[in-house]
Amino acid sequence: MKTEEAAQRARTPAHIRAVGLSKSYVQRAPFSHKKFAIDALLDVQLEVSPATLTALVGESGSGKSTLARCLAMLEKPDCGEIWFEGKEISRSGSWELAWLRPKIQMIHQDSAGALNPRFTAAQVIAEPLEIQRRESGPKLRSRVCELMEEVGLPANWADRRPLELSGGQRQRLAIARAIALKPAFLILDESLSGLDLSTQAQILNLLLDLQKAHSLTYLLISHDLSLVEQVADFVAVMHQGRMVEHGAGQDIFGSPRHAHTRELLGSVRLVESAFRAAQAGGQQ
Amino acid sequence: MRTVSGYSESATTRAQSPGAPGLLCARELTVCYASRGEPSSPALLGIDFDIAPGEIVGVLGESGSGKSTLALSILGLLPESADIAGSLVFEGKDLLRFDESAWRGIRGARIAMVFQEPGLSLSPVMRVGSQIAEVLRAHRQEGSNHRKLQVEAVLAEVGLTQVDRIYKAYSHQLSGGELQRVALSQALACRPDLIVADEPTRSLDGTRQKEMLDLLRETNRKFGCALIFITHNPGLLAGFADRVIVMYAGRIVEEGPVSRVFRRPLHPYTKGLLQLMPTSLQYAGRTRGQHLPVLPGTLTDDDHLSPGCSFASRCSARTQVCQTEFPAEVAPEKGRRVSCFNYEN
Ligand SMILES: Nc1ncnc2c1ncn2[C@@H]1O[C@H](COP(=O)(O)OP(=O)(O)OP(=O)(O)O)[C@@H](O)[C@H]1O
Ligand SMILES: Nc1ncnc2c1ncn2[C@@H]1O[C@H](COP(=O)(O)OP(=O)(O)OP(=O)(O)O)[C@@H](O)[C@H]1O
Ligand code: SF4
Ligand SMILES: [Mg+2]
Ligand SMILES: [Mg+2]
Repeated sequence: MKTEEAAQRARTPAHIRAVGLSKSYVQRAPFSHKKFAIDALLDVQLEVSPATLTALVGESGSGKSTLARCLAMLEKPDCGEIWFEGKEISRSGSWELAWLRPKIQMIHQDSAGALNPRFTAAQVIAEPLEIQRRESGPKLRSRVCELMEEVGLPANWADRRPLELSGGQRQRLAIARAIALKPAFLILDESLSGLDLSTQAQILNLLLDLQKAHSLTYLLISHDLSLVEQVADFVAVMHQGRMVEHGAGQDIFGSPRHAHTRELLGSVRLVESAFRAAQAGGQQ
Repeated sequence: MRTVSGYSESATTRAQSPGAPGLLCARELTVCYASRGEPSSPALLGIDFDIAPGEIVGVLGESGSGKSTLALSILGLLPESADIAGSLVFEGKDLLRFDESAWRGIRGARIAMVFQEPGLSLSPVMRVGSQIAEVLRAHRQEGSNHRKLQVEAVLAEVGLTQVDRIYKAYSHQLSGGELQRVALSQALACRPDLIVADEPTRSLDGTRQKEMLDLLRETNRKFGCALIFITHNPGLLAGFADRVIVMYAGRIVEEGPVSRVFRRPLHPYTKGLLQLMPTSLQYAGRTRGQHLPVLPGTLTDDDHLSPGCSFASRCSARTQVCQTEFPAEVAPEKGRRVSCFNYEN
């Protein structure tokens, strides 16, 4: 996104906003009183504008998945607020959660582990639609087939179990399940990283189309900065539990301010230039 | 895992695999998964390849092309529902004839694997330190009193800080990248002769990714362990792997030294794939919401079983013969092979 356009977007009220989120974990050691305290989130601020794609990047262990789980209300922050569509939701009761759950979906980093291994592919996708009573009978079945084909899985694999698919196919199954409800806000935690470049682009194109049609807002967690550079409107950078930089994609990639961002970018450029050099025959 | 024969009719005359024979040698390796009784489509269709001791071989390929199946075959970890045929010779012994007790002596110690999904390979009910200690106990002779120190040393090797905490953590208490490094340290622990790594860096940030590649290279140099490195990022192979194998629909469609394949890919699938590598320049002019380039079409079941070239339904260089005849492997130059009628165009 161009800087001016981004500035304009940033002025519209945020779709989801985190204010001063903190979260720490305590890990107990066996047979001793020793405890490890981990500050996974430290006073994190994040604003995601409606109908945009914000990429969340940062070194391994910097707290990205923790932030995502808090935003998806799968975990409660220790303190701080989360505002979604104008309401504070971090302390929602089960009533409000029933309303919120279908609107905010998250695809887990470990998608294979998160899918019920006893379900067939069709059941995996159909489950949220049935729970929300969106569709039933033959209409449900055709919707499931449609979703499978959209993510590049043959519809005649409807009876396969998740463990009878390849890693990338499983990941696409998790994506189909998450987009089935057309959530207003979708979090993808490393969901594209196990896919070859063409399949990755195909899924991204599908996400872009859905965004055009239904104004979806995405938070894409990814280590693949080459990919992020291609698609992100905004980029948020985390480092050791803190949000260290947040801005329009073009600005972050064009003139990264934080040393950590520069370091991350530097290693991506190294890989890119090694590839270019090999392509040009610069080596051997 | 059952052993049957058949399913390799499609393979006609073959060029010899360009790799020097030595450590691992696969011939006509074929794997089919049976889903609920019926034989479903094959995942590997009679592939041949060689891995020399101390070599680094990259594997690229479309999602579903059979890369993990190949990896699991080498470790004897295919599920019950898989039928395997052909031969897979490791240091003169055919792995396909191994029973479970023979496997236990080799797995982890001589051949180790880093799984595509570390969450699936680590036990959720055992602390990760104990799991690595278990591997060491099974394969190394030294006494147990130093074991915790040894484990902490291998954890530190993969760049993990706070090894004390990681040692005592359960897998759900670790981030994706921490888990992946634990899995890698487990594979490195016994200094195996061959490591099969399935997307071992996909949950790592760029800096850690580079550290990990350096570590693998160093292990490779110091201990001479060979490496099969499965990845979806061709960029990682440049300057890292010696050779690259490109898979499509259960077959090896192209193979050769990384530098030569990247400079002049021969198979249309390889050409298309490498063209998708993003270049920084290309974003500058991209407008918001504009589609990214893709290879048109998708890999389907029919492609595996087609009498002709399995890439034909998606190939822009296709000619009449492609639909009816299978393109035999040819060696256009020394050290390379390709399976395509029109690779010269
Ligand atoms: N349930 C838990 N118990 C204890 N520690 C945890 C737990 N979940 C996460 N952590 C720790 O919190 C920190 C942040 O983890 P998180 O998963 O958010 O990182 P991340 O940015 O997603 O990293 P990655 O890119 O590697 O996935 C890590 O150091 C991790 O070990
Ligand atoms: N247990 C299984 N039962 C039935 N079919 C399977 C099973 N495991 C894999 N397959 C199928 O075999 C084919 C090859 O799978 P494999 O996991 O080897 O692919 P891959 O190249 O590793 O793909 P990815 O890049 O997505 O991980 C796929 O079409 C997959 O659906
Ligand atoms: S054999 Fe024909 S269809 Fe197959 S890759 Fe070559 S040109 Fe394309
Ligand atoms: Mg994570
Ligand atoms: Mg795989």
